Amino acid sequence: MTSPLEQKKIKLTGPSMVTANRTWDGVVIYRTAQQGWSANLADAAVVRTSDEARALLAESIADDVGAIGAYIAPVDVKDGGKIAPGNLREHIRSEGLTIDLLPVPA
Amino acid sequence: MPLVKDGKIAADLFVHVPEGAELPGDGAILVPAARFLEDPEALLKRAGKVGVIWPNNRDLDDLVPYLDRLAAVALVFPIFRDGRAYSQARLLRERHGYDGELRATGQVLRDQFVFMLRAGFDTFEVRKDSDAEAFASTAKRYSVFYQPTGDGRLTALHRRMQLRHSESAGQ
Amino acid sequence: MYAYDELDRTLINERVSEFRDQVKRRLSGELTEDEFKMLRLQNGVYLQLHAYMFRVAIPYGTLSSKQLRALARIARRYDRGYGHFTTRQNIQFNWIKLAELPDALADLAEVGIHAMQTSGNNMRNVTSDQWAGVAPGEVEDPRIWSEILRQHTTLHPEFSFLPRKFKIAITASEHDRAAIKIHDIGLRLLKNADGETGFEVLVGGGLGRTPFIGKTIKPFVHGRDILSYVEAILRVYNQYGRRDNIYKARIKILVHELGIEKFSREVEEEWKLMGDVGLTLDHSVVEEVRSRFSYPAYEKLPHMPDELKQAAHDPLFERWRKNSVFPHKVQGYSIVTLSLKPVGGPPGDATADQMDAVADLADKYSFGEIRVGHEQNLCLPHVAKRDLPLLWKALDRIGLATPNVNLVTDIIACPGLDYCSLANARSIPIAQELTRRFANHDTADLIGRLHINISGCINACGHHHVGHIGILGVEKNGEEFYQITIGGRADEGAQMGTLIGPAIPYAEVADVIEDIVEAYLALRDRPEELFVDTVKRLGVEPFKERVYATR
Repeated sequence: MTSPLEQKKIKLTGPSMVTANRTWDGVVIYRTAQQGWSANLADAAVVRTSDEARALLAESIADDVGAIGAYIAPVDVKDGGKIAPGNLREHIRSEGLTIDLLPVPA
Repeated sequence: MPLVKDGKIAADLFVHVPEGAELPGDGAILVPAARFLEDPEALLKRAGKVGVIWPNNRDLDDLVPYLDRLAAVALVFPIFRDGRAYSQARLLRERHGYDGELRATGQVLRDQFVFMLRAGFDTFEVRKDSDAEAFASTAKRYSVFYQPTGDGRLTALHRRMQLRHSESAGQ
Repeated sequence: MYAYDELDRTLINERVSEFRDQVKRRLSGELTEDEFKMLRLQNGVYLQLHAYMFRVAIPYGTLSSKQLRALARIARRYDRGYGHFTTRQNIQFNWIKLAELPDALADLAEVGIHAMQTSGNNMRNVTSDQWAGVAPGEVEDPRIWSEILRQHTTLHPEFSFLPRKFKIAITASEHDRAAIKIHDIGLRLLKNADGETGFEVLVGGGLGRTPFIGKTIKPFVHGRDILSYVEAILRVYNQYGRRDNIYKARIKILVHELGIEKFSREVEEEWKLMGDVGLTLDHSVVEEVRSRFSYPAYEKLPHMPDELKQAAHDPLFERWRKNSVFPHKVQGYSIVTLSLKPVGGPPGDATADQMDAVADLADKYSFGEIRVGHEQNLCLPHVAKRDLPLLWKALDRIGLATPNVNLVTDIIACPGLDYCSLANARSIPIAQELTRRFANHDTADLIGRLHINISGCINACGHHHVGHIGILGVEKNGEEFYQITIGGRADEGAQMGTLIGPAIPYAEVADVIEDIVEAYLALRDRPEELFVDTVKRLGVEPFKERVYATR
């Protein structure tokens, strides 16, 4: 596998974050500005230049034990600084399924 | 890089001679296929054992004529998910009757040991020390095998048929 | 049913402990993800959008009630209370934790189920006709041969690192329910002129980015030689299949690039050189495997029991019976399909409670046996006709008596962008909306047999190419769009559908499908002419016109 860092030049289309899945249970996680991970999108570090993005991705990938499949994804920064997923895929990862499931008794 | 030979960590008596490098005067050497094929007779005549590193995308036909004079054949796993050398190993052992050292080189990790043993490898250039140390326990991980290969292990089907015969003989 | 013996049990337990060790090494950091990825894939563990996904094999689609209850337990204990049946006789759990997977596998091993080779570049779960062993007119039970192949392909030392995944399917009926023509190897069981069992061998079928219908490589391979012949195909593929480009690595590309004649010569040569390598299946060996399949002790029952005559007065029962109940080879018995396609539900999903309930019904009415078909439905293969009315009521109570088998709402769909990390667009909500549009069963009956297949990306897990109507999700500028094909089919007359025109946006898909169906109803020359036959007769033009004239 080629490291995502080597794959191509990092081009951002707008504000971005780094997201991955937690190794032991697969839960969706976001890289924070404190060099850690959070399951809450609101805690994601937002980057705006390709150098920032590269640095954030590099430290994310370096945590091979804690996280898997780290990549850069777009975010929308709303008025007041609130972060929202920047595309449908990230919306689904953050908010969950868009479909009705069969009723499962609790 | 540790070497496992015949189930144990062992000293590697062979020197890998890279493409273009000068040959040592004596001692056992492993040379790349292209180099070997330039002048096989000269190499085979030199003092010291000669083995060949055979790439996994080259037909074995060119190697077969020299098998009985080679001290080792090393087959290559450029990445561990490239499995061409498993076929080459079985062909060398089961079709061409090669019974010298058959070495796995490249990305050789613990989780391939059983497959490699079954395909006929007996020597392993293992990437990690921890994997080499785990060789003996890993090799024993499986006791049931569904396919016949040249390694002589009985298949599940064989054992069932034997059981069946002994049962019917006992009646 | 095939009963595992001590050797089979030992092997899967050894596999579980190996995987437990691999997971432990991964979680401790001894294995990198790069190293671990292939190892987890070889055991059916993917990383999807929300979590790990765990795919469990149901070889040739046969399950015992005990096994189905174990699957229900996995859904409850380790997942979110449901599972998803796939087009290749597997079940997937979507929310599993890596750290708990070894325990889940150990639980499954207790009932003789595993996840070996349900992903990765190896020989995948061997699939077959879900009606195997009970279909009238079948040559012989293909599961015997499926089991022989299952064993032979499991942890194969030579073919566990192939250029790409490799799928084998077997059918023994004239009507192909196993979709053998879209498999890497398709096997059609038949008898030669001397009455000996053998196989027509097809090779190089597959969907995905470059779809191909499989070609016959050998019209008859004797049963005793089938393992060595398959081994010869695999050996040629392992050595010459492309490894430079993942999209060109399947055997279909090798067959296409060499041409079937040259490819078959290569295989033939390899097969001859192999000689006797212990792969010949003597009669006694086949009989040994056959002897470990158990068959129900059927009763002698009337063709038309009183219970059925009485129930015939209930139109709802009759509708279900005509739709979901199929002829059995034994008089007085039926094969019953359980639709996993309720209106508004995700196609192929079943809750743990439904699985338990089906297991109970199988014990009561089907000799404890359940089948899984590639259409993502379940099946009870041995139901006495006198029990049909009671079974129907019980199925209805648990939501598994939707009378839509083979109809427009019996949709095959991949998980799509709701779950899958490869998907470009969602599949399930499209399917759900279509089932609501066609929820009226009278309308669906009027339309007749019509297979809709939906894939959320070009990898084609929803087999869209071979749907009578195929829907393929693509992404355009961050929006979901869908390409529509018509005229495909997956059976013995397998062919790819034809694209009708430019992709349409998410919101318009259901309208477009309604337009296509309305066009068909107006164009068919008689009610018995199936959608796919009307397309064949008229081509795509009239449908295209109807869809795009006003758009």
